[in-house]
Amino acid sequence: MKPQDKLNIRDILSDLESYRPRRKGWIWRDKGPIELGQFKYIEASPSLKNYVPLPSAKHLNDIDPQPSSTITTEIASGRFEDDIRRMRMAAWHGADHIMVIRTAGQSHMDGLLEGTPQGVGGVPITRKQVRAQRKALDMIEDEVGRPINYHSYVSGVAGPEIAVMFTEEGVNGAHQDPQYNVLYRNINMIRSFVDAAESKKIMAYGKMAQIDGAHNANATARDAWKVMPELLVQHAINSRMSERIGISKDLICLSTVPPAAPPSPDIKLNLPYAIALREFLGQYKMRAQMNTKYMDSSTREATVTHVLNLLISKLTSADIQSTITPDEGRNVPWHVYNIEALDTAKQAMMGMDDLLSMLEFKKDGYLVETKREIQERAILMMEEILELGGYYKAVEAGMFVDSGYYPERSGDGISRPIEGGLAAGTVIKRNKDYMAPVTAHYGYNNIAQYEPSFKDDPAKLIGGSTFEKPELIQYIDELDEEDNVNHRLDDNETYRSDPVLKPEVQWLGDGTITVDLFFPTDLLTAEAAALEVGKKMNLAQVEVIHKEVLHPSEGTRIQFKGVVQFDIDMTKLVLPKKIETLPEEEIIAYLKDHEIKVVAGTGGHDEHSVGMREILDIKHGGIEKFGLPYTYLGTSVPIEKFIDAAIETHSQVVMISLIISHDDIHYKNMQKLHDYAVEKGVRDQLILIAGGTQITPEIAMSCGMDQGFSRGTKGKDVASFIVKKHRDMYEG
Amino acid sequence: MKQRNDDFKERHIHLKDLSDEALKERFQELTDQIIDPLLDMAYHYTTPAIERSVLMRMGFSSLEAKEIVNKMNEHNLLGHGAGHVVYKYHVMHKVSIREAGLALLDQKNLMDIAEVFK
Repeated sequence: MKPQDKLNIRDILSDLESYRPRRKGWIWRDKGPIELGQFKYIEASPSLKNYVPLPSAKHLNDIDPQPSSTITTEIASGRFEDDIRRMRMAAWHGADHIMVIRTAGQSHMDGLLEGTPQGVGGVPITRKQVRAQRKALDMIEDEVGRPINYHSYVSGVAGPEIAVMFTEEGVNGAHQDPQYNVLYRNINMIRSFVDAAESKKIMAYGKMAQIDGAHNANATARDAWKVMPELLVQHAINSRMSERIGISKDLICLSTVPPAAPPSPDIKLNLPYAIALREFLGQYKMRAQMNTKYMDSSTREATVTHVLNLLISKLTSADIQSTITPDEGRNVPWHVYNIEALDTAKQAMMGMDDLLSMLEFKKDGYLVETKREIQERAILMMEEILELGGYYKAVEAGMFVDSGYYPERSGDGISRPIEGGLAAGTVIKRNKDYMAPVTAHYGYNNIAQYEPSFKDDPAKLIGGSTFEKPELIQYIDELDEEDNVNHRLDDNETYRSDPVLKPEVQWLGDGTITVDLFFPTDLLTAEAAALEVGKKMNLAQVEVIHKEVLHPSEGTRIQFKGVVQFDIDMTKLVLPKKIETLPEEEIIAYLKDHEIKVVAGTGGHDEHSVGMREILDIKHGGIEKFGLPYTYLGTSVPIEKFIDAAIETHSQVVMISLIISHDDIHYKNMQKLHDYAVEKGVRDQLILIAGGTQITPEIAMSCGMDQGFSRGTKGKDVASFIVKKHRDMYEG
Repeated sequence: MKQRNDDFKERHIHLKDLSDEALKERFQELTDQIIDPLLDMAYHYTTPAIERSVLMRMGFSSLEAKEIVNKMNEHNLLGHGAGHVVYKYHVMHKVSIREAGLALLDQKNLMDIAEVFK
């Protein structure tokens, strides 16, 4: 797969029946200090083979330092075939843990789904969908040069079967926590725990990383920060249960979210809790998730909350740093927000690299006292669980997800009857002769009645199960003739094979765009006016997705989305011509033979100097490196001075940087430079070059320049142009 | 649970003088006490989902596994293990494991094997 080629979804789907995963199990990043450019990073991992760095990396030789934590992104738009493209984009931005959310209601389905039906708020998790995505991720991980962990959910009433399918298909991680079934999905508690033991045993065999479900308590409770003691209890129950069933401690991950968010005093509430948790359960891994409970429709606000969450991660620990897209408060995440969330994590974590080597926590006072109190409250809760007669009785009594700060109780906890809930009464006692001739089976298993020597390897009785003999796996392609990926691909094939484009937020050809505007009026009027703007722009399905009062009467900001009703014909697009640069050796050789000198500076009343220095200085790969000596005139240089200085120093090239662009001053200054050179009678002998963020070659040339350069220009581009132009002028 | 004011100050008296290490030990002991009965029950019980997962590992598709387990459940056979019933049929009739499982979708074959387990 080449970076310039798109993923071919139909290729991925072909021959799926014979695809086998190349490995099983979770892979952590290689961790350790790295040196990149002028910097040394401590809590880091190796750079990727292919990547998109942070926008500002262009000022730092495009370095893209990677944190030591595994970075998660959750991708599940309902169409797995579109999600695959997003996975590739996410991997290039640093994701190595791709989590697929299940379609609404899948946890209540008694059995596996098959085929590729479209989902709602997630993807129907099926063997075909999992296999296609794992196959695609094999290609993507080769492209970025780092293993990618693929992850979904082992929960609901079909947990053990999903765990089997995931193990067979090389899924690398999964959520598994029976408490989630019980508290939030109202699945019978006994069924949930009995199933969970089997699921965990299978996951242990598949070496999957397990993530628990405790974070749901603070997403559900009225005052999220008050469930801190209970969170310790929930984490402990699931983690210890998993450990005793056989999952290795370094694959048991606690899903921990800083429960509070601004405008509450975030760090003051969250830090003692984060320390309490890691002290009590530090033998396991931490999957730090970002807060969703207090998310609204402002992507800016969500991002700030998430950066504070990242600060907690850096002040404590995060083996896996999950990301929440900043648009999750308003829609199912769009492509661009997965990428923003990943960049936020990467930027903040590397920005806070090695933070703790410079800090230490106070040994007394608020932090340790609060931490200790949370721990004691958790223990008191466990004592009461046992007094009530154990876990099941405590859940029945409504002890969990109460909004009181334990032992305070508000009486609003989630209560589930022991004999109630979905799939109640489906648990069956194993007889004395109970037997299951398969690998990774939990509990009583009377293999000895047939062959005592197979006691530790029951699958031997049948010559091996699918775990040893994958050729036994039965692959089902599609069950629904209408609702499947083939139909969806046919429907939007034009955007895959024809030269047409349509804007997209999540699905190929969805046509959705966002408009961001301000009206100098109150909120209600602004909202109505925005909808009118959408209509007049001929957008369909116009919907306000965010509104923000700047002042009750002076103004309101509105963001709305809508669907465009046209395609863009790519054959009719006029693309700027790409200028080919000469090979470095050729530039250097020419400049050895021809003495060419440059005068350079920032023109007009403009103090910007960074861009120009990068084009000039040898240490930034500037023109100096190729043998072009220059006279630097500084900033805010009067336009006339450029020409006068060129005459005085016998220079052949003038380079003017023009950053400020209001009132089109950059146009005027370029024209002035040209005109003054003409007036002085030297225009024919000079190469005039302008550069700046708002300058394009077309604009520059229309204002009398020989060439213009914009963002992203390197010294080599300019040196190459100078050589070509000089050759044209003097050697024809 | 009934509403209750925060009585932490009284409740924690027996904990407050424990060292941090002793407190952590207490936390771990209580965790084990809570999960012991949960694990014990899981050890001795099974469910239709577990039995379906066993059949899948024996080479049946999810659809086949579901149908076979539903039928076995109707005949109260799951306590012996769905895989066990299939295995027994395979041994008795000298057919492959897959053939045995699919044969058990037939009511008559299922009744016959149910007799064997009585």
